[in-house]
Amino acid sequence: MAGDGGARGALPTEEPVLVLEHAQKSFGAVQALEDGSITLYPGEAHALVGENGAGKSTLVKILAGVHRPDAGRLLINGAAVSLAGPAAARDAGVSIIYQEPTLFPDLSVAENIFIGRQPTGPGHRIDRAEMRRLTREIFARLGVELDPNRPARGLSVADQQIVEIAKALSFNANVLVMDEPTAALTGVEVERLFTVMATLRGQGAAVLFISHRLEEVFACSQRVTIMRDGRFILTAPIAEVTIDDIIRSMVGRDLDALFPKTETQPGDAVLEVDHLSSQGVFEDISFTVRSGEIVALAGLVGAGRSEVARAVFGIDRRTSGKVLLAGEELPNGQPGAAMAAGMALVPEDRRQQGLVMDMGIDQNIALASLRRLSSFGLIRRSSERALAKTWAPRLQLKFGTLRNAVSTLSGGNQQKVVLGKWLAREPRLLIIDEPTRGIDVGTKAEVHRILDGLVADGMAVLMISSELPEVLGMADRVLVIREGRMTADLTRAEADEQTIMRAATGVSSEAA
Amino acid sequence: MTTQTARRPSGLMSSRVSDFLRAREVGIALLVVVIVVVTTVNNHHFADSASIQQMLTGASLIALLGVGETMVIVTRNVDLSVGSVLGLSAYIIGDLFKHQHIPAWSGFVVGIAIGAAVGAVNGFITTVLRVPSLVVTLAMLYIIRGLDGVIVNGKTIDPDVIPASFTAVGYKTVFGVPWLAIIVVVVVIAVGYAMRTFRAGRDLYAIGSNPDAAALAGIPIERRVFTAFVVSGALAGLGGALFLALHAQVDNSGGIGYELTVVAAVVVGGVAIFGGSGTVVGAALGALLLNTISQALVASKISAFWNQAIAGALLLAAIGFDRWLTVRLTKRLRSSEGAHRDV
Repeated sequence: MAGDGGARGALPTEEPVLVLEHAQKSFGAVQALEDGSITLYPGEAHALVGENGAGKSTLVKILAGVHRPDAGRLLINGAAVSLAGPAAARDAGVSIIYQEPTLFPDLSVAENIFIGRQPTGPGHRIDRAEMRRLTREIFARLGVELDPNRPARGLSVADQQIVEIAKALSFNANVLVMDEPTAALTGVEVERLFTVMATLRGQGAAVLFISHRLEEVFACSQRVTIMRDGRFILTAPIAEVTIDDIIRSMVGRDLDALFPKTETQPGDAVLEVDHLSSQGVFEDISFTVRSGEIVALAGLVGAGRSEVARAVFGIDRRTSGKVLLAGEELPNGQPGAAMAAGMALVPEDRRQQGLVMDMGIDQNIALASLRRLSSFGLIRRSSERALAKTWAPRLQLKFGTLRNAVSTLSGGNQQKVVLGKWLAREPRLLIIDEPTRGIDVGTKAEVHRILDGLVADGMAVLMISSELPEVLGMADRVLVIREGRMTADLTRAEADEQTIMRAATGVSSEAA
Repeated sequence: MTTQTARRPSGLMSSRVSDFLRAREVGIALLVVVIVVVTTVNNHHFADSASIQQMLTGASLIALLGVGETMVIVTRNVDLSVGSVLGLSAYIIGDLFKHQHIPAWSGFVVGIAIGAAVGAVNGFITTVLRVPSLVVTLAMLYIIRGLDGVIVNGKTIDPDVIPASFTAVGYKTVFGVPWLAIIVVVVVIAVGYAMRTFRAGRDLYAIGSNPDAAALAGIPIERRVFTAFVVSGALAGLGGALFLALHAQVDNSGGIGYELTVVAAVVVGGVAIFGGSGTVVGAALGALLLNTISQALVASKISAFWNQAIAGALLLAAIGFDRWLTVRLTKRLRSSEGAHRDV
């Protein structure tokens, strides 16, 4: 499987520095990785691509020593190893740079690199001058300019990554794994990162990077490995594949008939978003959601979809543009006004933002309707329970009694309670962020059925989802956001996996 | 982008930034001087050597406890038991003088040992049993105060049972500087140096700055936090010995309320309440500032009731200033980095 191609300069013919064979990993009933395999040679830049949920992150965490595989084997420099933890991986020469850098904001850049193993002089005193010198030396090797003395607070994400890379180098890592290193970088920063990667390769290190931007994969890697649904699909020299090949291998699965979307006839416009911008986050977003239709916001994680939803709802302030609900313009930055006008938002992180975990099911469902349920400012428990009783069966909620704390429910049922909480307000527009993340397949179908029923009754739904099958199965229209801009507005007929992936990854079809 | 042009502006910026940071300690010291000068204009006796000695003595105990408290707060924890530990240690030492006639020097050893033992219990419950230190040390505050009440049982340790060589530490001076202040200054310098210069000291800052990253970096978090609590306890115990030496008398009320004054002094001194930054020198200066203000109010014949209100206002000002400083610093660092990118 490890093609030994000869793309882009001399690909090394030496022994692989790292080999992972048929690694498996499951979490409870969920099989996150069924066949994780990858081979890295010294001096190569190797891209790992796949859809959200393809198992890339699990594979990386196995290399990092964070997860231990249930099956399969890992060879480093030809010897089978079992990594006991992140420290063991580091000692074996594997350094991981996560999407979220892990720096100490209050400490200096130099100290961030050498924390816990600062160079010391006589009497175990830290030799600050030596520490600075070593830091400058590493930065010089990377060809970057950063002041070793400045605190890490305020560093841009790009510079934080540079510090992380410097840390990896100070450990003499010969395998460097980067999880979506370019996701938060600007064009210039990406260029610099690629220069650094080239420098590292020149020094004989193997660089494995995950990326969703396929043009980058072509720009700077020698080989690419594609994963899908937790399985290794193929490894190929980059010169021997086309973008179309990659996309096809990434998404190549049949759409299951899991989503019972009934055809509806959309009515009047409920939500009109007109040239909405939030400086530095997203720009010039315009779309309409009509009653009786589900509009999906698709795109990669971090593309700005949730931010658009938050600005529409008024949680975040918009810098320009208008939001109209049923023809009435909504004031900027006032979620209360949006709610009063008939908008409801079911957030992505329901534990943090959607539920009071220690309160009962009935109280949670009533939480957004308290004004309606109270008289003279006092909440009547009986009306709370009555409201919950009407919604529980409609949501097919599984529970002991309605007084049980929602923390006792499964993830899927929790999601239904959040849904119920907002539906109890009988909104005109429902914004739902990742409606089925982290819930099992059965409940997923139920949530989809509920959404379908709501739309049939004339509600307008704006759905954010990272799961392509969900988007394709449920949405009447698909809007694709990439890096804060809308790159596609597709009807149900136009939308297919490849079109959406192209718009989301910024690869034009001509490039293929 | 040549190395020369790029490095110079960022180097300049960093030295300016570190000046800015250091100014916190300098600023507090200046504020102390200003208060002394202004008060002296109104009351010529304020700057007498006797009154300055009194100021130093009064700030010493809080500063000493502030050193240990800084070590704990820097790791994103808090030690509220220091006042109770001081009271317990002071009474037990006095009781040993009274009934066991132990030599004067051993009073200090006993105090440190008692404090370290309580600190070890605090540290154990916080790190091994993973109970938030706020709760652990609050409970310990009451437990030890209660224990103290049982041991004291309404009695008082009077000056006549305490060795003269012991109380000498409380009132004797060297070149006009009280021994008490000298001991505290030595502790401040020693701990301040250690926190700056040794790996273990830097680990404390790393733990408070980003606990998750500290774990990933392989820092022995439990051991470091445990040590911080033991040192904080030991210094509070030493504080008990110095309290007894200073007042030559103790009952069950010694050190009541000290913990809050200590936390206030530490925060006014620039130690971030959520950990990660601040120095023991700053904490000691914070103690000096709070004490100077209260003495200045007395000298200016302003009601002592204002004292607490001013201490509280100062605390808010310090936290507000920190917030402002952080925002400004972050912006400044962002722009400095932007600047060198453009070069």
